[in-house]
Amino acid sequence: MTRSRRRALIVAAVAAVAAVLAGCGGSGSSSSASSASSSSASGSATSSAASKTPITIGASLSLSGDFASDGQAFEKGYQLWANDINAAGGLMGHPVKLDIVSDASSPSQVVTNYTKLISSDHDQLVFGPFSTLLTVPSSKVVNRYGYAFVEGAGGAPAAFGNGLKNIFDVSLPVIDNLIPFAHWLATLPASERPATAAVATSDDPFTQPQFPAAVKILQNAGIKIVYNKVFPAEVTDYTPIATAVASTKAQAFLLGSVDVPTVSAFIHTFIQQHYNPKAFIATAGPDQGAAFLKAIGGASNAEGVMVPNGWFPGYPNAASQKMVSEYVAKYGGTPSDVNADVAEAYSVGQVVAQAVNATHSLDNAKIIAYLHSGVTLNSVQGPVKFDSLGENGAAAAFAFQWQKAVLEQVLPAGATGSKPVEYPKPNWGS
Amino acid sequence: MNASSLAKAVIDGILTGGVYALMAAGLTLIFGVMDIINIAQGALIVLGAYMSYVLSVHLGIDLFAGLLITIPAFFVLGVFIEWAFMRRLRDQERTAMSILVTYAVAIIIEGVLSVIFGVDYVQLQASYVNSTLHILGFYLPYIYVFGFLLAIALIGVLYYILYRTHFGRGVRGSLQNRSAAELIGVNVNRVRAVSVGIGVSVTAAGGMVFGATNSFTPSSGYDLISRLLSIVVLAGLGSIGGALIAAIFMVTLEDVVAVVWSPVWATLVYYASLIVVLSFMPNGLFGKAAVRAQ
Repeated sequence: MTRSRRRALIVAAVAAVAAVLAGCGGSGSSSSASSASSSSASGSATSSAASKTPITIGASLSLSGDFASDGQAFEKGYQLWANDINAAGGLMGHPVKLDIVSDASSPSQVVTNYTKLISSDHDQLVFGPFSTLLTVPSSKVVNRYGYAFVEGAGGAPAAFGNGLKNIFDVSLPVIDNLIPFAHWLATLPASERPATAAVATSDDPFTQPQFPAAVKILQNAGIKIVYNKVFPAEVTDYTPIATAVASTKAQAFLLGSVDVPTVSAFIHTFIQQHYNPKAFIATAGPDQGAAFLKAIGGASNAEGVMVPNGWFPGYPNAASQKMVSEYVAKYGGTPSDVNADVAEAYSVGQVVAQAVNATHSLDNAKIIAYLHSGVTLNSVQGPVKFDSLGENGAAAAFAFQWQKAVLEQVLPAGATGSKPVEYPKPNWGS
Repeated sequence: MNASSLAKAVIDGILTGGVYALMAAGLTLIFGVMDIINIAQGALIVLGAYMSYVLSVHLGIDLFAGLLITIPAFFVLGVFIEWAFMRRLRDQERTAMSILVTYAVAIIIEGVLSVIFGVDYVQLQASYVNSTLHILGFYLPYIYVFGFLLAIALIGVLYYILYRTHFGRGVRGSLQNRSAAELIGVNVNRVRAVSVGIGVSVTAAGGMVFGATNSFTPSSGYDLISRLLSIVVLAGLGSIGGALIAAIFMVTLEDVVAVVWSPVWATLVYYASLIVVLSFMPNGLFGKAAVRAQ
């Protein structure tokens, strides 16, 4: 074998290994979930559905990159739904097949992916990606093809300000996320109410819209905002920002975060600086269950940390409890490990299925018209009713708090399932 | 903003800068020796963090003690990477092609880590990760202090090897003129392999400190690479001591801007300062020609 030939073989082998590994890692690959045969339910409806032509539903998810953790949770949510719908006889009697491709958390790749899913793969329906950041550009290209774009994680105003009629978010509009927390702080007795609060938020379409209304509520209650700054989404070192917050000694801290590392960095710096706010809420990160606890050094550091959301594993909804049980059975862990991404994705499937069944059609124009009709639909996150923009006006806003290693619903105070807020938050590690 | 906050930002910048220098040292060494831009540096840092994670969580080995295992392991890995990927690049296309080849290395590392560890964030934990040294009213995290001292020590060792040993003379000789070095008996391939091994082994230490100060996933390396490249470019590609100075300068400047002005402007000022310096000093603070002539 010549030297150049040997070199070519080595290069080819390396390329092959890289391709296999990239596939195993879920980056840039496509996967499917036509799981009627793998489901435990195997009734006649299932076998009948399996024999028919599958309905292919495309989705671009962040299986690698910054949103990989959320993207893979979304993939699990979509697949759980596909398993369930197939076990129940499929969609209009046809098995559902998912066509999932990875966008690597890239706003440009997500556009390419939806173009491919619709124009090249000819998928009959599409589901949304993870995050407002990716939903905004992809919604435009999906609209161009006249497809309904039902999604579960693009709830920021930026997703609804483009005059599109095809976008529907099944989750809580993010602008309302912090309202229960702000109202709760504002209505505390004056002697317990924080005198000062600090706000730091990532420059992200998901986080920033949550703060103006919340800050206004706090200020109206006489709470002084002593720090209010935005930091770039691509920050690699949060130490100076977190240290600056700690130096204010604000009694309440509101963090606009999109992921675990941001919250983790702030918590580690606060521990190091011996800064213990009486109330601490982060817009995302603490909802990531075991991944959050692992990153911050255990449940003792999570005690009292709050997060707003529209769903939690103990959500008192029969379909939700069934989904959580199925998740644990399929992927292992405990109910606390099931984060809200799974429920958001599962809800997308539920809403689309109800629209398809109601219209007896895969015609996206009919589905869009139906979803805009004012009908109230069901999901594992509760009722879904779209307004003219496509936001879910029926979604309820909650706040959750880590209490003794369990994420508990605490707000709105007095609501079904709400436990008392642990206030003031205990010192870190206690 | 008061003087205390400013002083704290400067201290944080110096300590964090040391950590970045530790992560960038291998990058600049490999470029200095081989004219190779190692895009896989970020992935190697993450790999180092995961190795420390395995030793710490599964074997109960202290993070710093674990370096006695990870540094030699990374040396072997570095020698392998040089043999398998870098040696095969032709001299005239080495720098440009190295970007593609090392990017492939990064993808392989990310893929392997994703298969083994999944994509959930983890962070290295130890008693000194969250505990602090209280001096003059400032809380200095031990992990940053130890990381800074480790950076000084390892960069000092690298400097000694390169500029005070027979091997170092061989390295620099093969840089200045490969043919001449071979004529006087220097085994250039061996020198290069060992140099990359050393560069990658230092990265194991950088990875440990990175993992103890940040949450990470297999893909976290991509967030680092632009920052590390900017540091070694400012220092002058190939300058190890310069990397320490450049890292401290850049990170301190960024931290001060974040505290005094706004975090939004910190990143802009960081890169603007790079442009300004390169406008007047195109080879960076300690350009490559000067480095090789030392």
